[in-house]
Amino acid sequence: MKSIVPVLTIVGAIFVIWYAAAVWLNADWAYDKATRSGEELTFTTLVADTWAQKKPKLPAPHQVSAELWDTVAMKSITSKRSLVYHTWITFSATALGFMLGTLLGTLLAIGIVFNRTMDMSVMPWVIASQTIPILAIAPMIIVVLNAVGISGLLPKAMISMYLSFFPVVVGMVKGLRSPEQMQLDQMRTWHASSSQTIWKLRLPASMPFFFTSLKIAMAASLVGAIVGELPTGAVAGLGARLLAGSYYGQTIQIWSALIMAAALAAVLVGIIGLIQRITLKRMGMAQ
Amino acid sequence: MSGAVISANNLSLTFETNDGPVHALKDVSLNIEKGDFVSFIGPSGCGKTTFLRCMADLEQPTGGTITVNGVSAAEARMARAYGYVFQAAGLYPWRTIGGNIRLPLEIMGYSKSEQAERAARVMELVELSGFEKKFPWQLSGGMQQRASIARALAFDADILLMDEPFGALDEIVRDHLNEQLLRLWARTEKTIAFVTHSIPEAVYLSTKIVVMSPRPGRITDVIDSPLPRERPLEIRETPAFLEIAHRVREGLRAGTET
Repeated sequence: MKSIVPVLTIVGAIFVIWYAAAVWLNADWAYDKATRSGEELTFTTLVADTWAQKKPKLPAPHQVSAELWDTVAMKSITSKRSLVYHTWITFSATALGFMLGTLLGTLLAIGIVFNRTMDMSVMPWVIASQTIPILAIAPMIIVVLNAVGISGLLPKAMISMYLSFFPVVVGMVKGLRSPEQMQLDQMRTWHASSSQTIWKLRLPASMPFFFTSLKIAMAASLVGAIVGELPTGAVAGLGARLLAGSYYGQTIQIWSALIMAAALAAVLVGIIGLIQRITLKRMGMAQ
Repeated sequence: MSGAVISANNLSLTFETNDGPVHALKDVSLNIEKGDFVSFIGPSGCGKTTFLRCMADLEQPTGGTITVNGVSAAEARMARAYGYVFQAAGLYPWRTIGGNIRLPLEIMGYSKSEQAERAARVMELVELSGFEKKFPWQLSGGMQQRASIARALAFDADILLMDEPFGALDEIVRDHLNEQLLRLWARTEKTIAFVTHSIPEAVYLSTKIVVMSPRPGRITDVIDSPLPRERPLEIRETPAFLEIAHRVREGLRAGTET
């Protein structure tokens, strides 16, 4: 409860800055309108106008809230105008991509830790893969997968996977290598097989690293899913909402989609944090 | 020679480093008989830990031979002939004390009931009964080290190799664990090889004290202790004890001067 005052202070400060910026950025348009209609703008009418424009450069928080309320609560969730529907579309691609990325990342990490050839050959490619701008490669993935007859959810999930496997590889390689030499020697004195060393020592030891990676991977997955919806002419999903919003100058729609994406990310990362706490507690690793 | 549990013959181990070869062990010969408690003492770099690791097949000698239970160190390791206690307890934080002690048993494929029975027995042996469900961080350093000894005992190897197991503990705890270790040795009749930095510890525990010196790592003196096997802590005040301690100290001094 002690932290509630500072938290509210920060939130309050954000709103103050936001409203002030809305006045500043939307004032030009308000003056334009006033000049054309021959009105004289007082400070109050200027502020009132900048906070209530139809297509503001920066919508005010209450405009975004109203749009969110309208598209989240007031629409049937199966409607194409419901933000919940679009969020669900993006979430399903995120979740599938995240699972695929986690699986791929874990398998690659195990390969890299246990096979010197893979360590030398795969790691540079893994790093190189992340230096390519995702916006450049996303359409290629869609085109190639379409050519082999895969469309719909999977291409978007592949882009999510492309972004999310990386933190898992890096984290798991470090985690699987985290046991000390002494613990490995100990396994040797018991004549443990290498699979026993993985299952009983390396994997459990890597768990804290694993969960940290998962949080980053989840955020990356969401970015991947949204990016996957941008260049592909997708009709549904948060990415499609962003794109449609920018075509028609619907800044309020863009901002509500952005806030929805942020909320989705926060919920997903929060769920992983919860699973992490429960798992590490059950393993006895949280003190 | 025939009854020796561990037998080293002209054992050498040279590490190649950028600054030239380092002779960790040079022409070391020693027999350890069944039921012996042998301490290895010497300054850092004298090769005492390396020697122990050679017995455990954790290090490969570059010259000479070593046999454990009459076979090579590698075969002995694969036959799980010894339990090894490291300087740090090295318990897994995600396993309870009981789980840690059962770990080697799981690896060696003992049945669940046998695991439970053996874990209970060795925990009683190191006086940790009742702590089975605790996690390592809930125990003191001395208790953790006792758990790691229990773990090394759990699969009933006849040989116990201990690498400065009490080195990180304070002296009061150390005295207590030394007493316990002697009782345990008397009850189990194991052969123990014990690396230490401490002269009183070596003299108090051992039937045989091996004094080593560095550059190259070698044995400078082997002292057969005349002390009885039954040793209360007070034995450390007796003239016989002090005399052996004196000889060990002399051996250490001679080794570092040359």
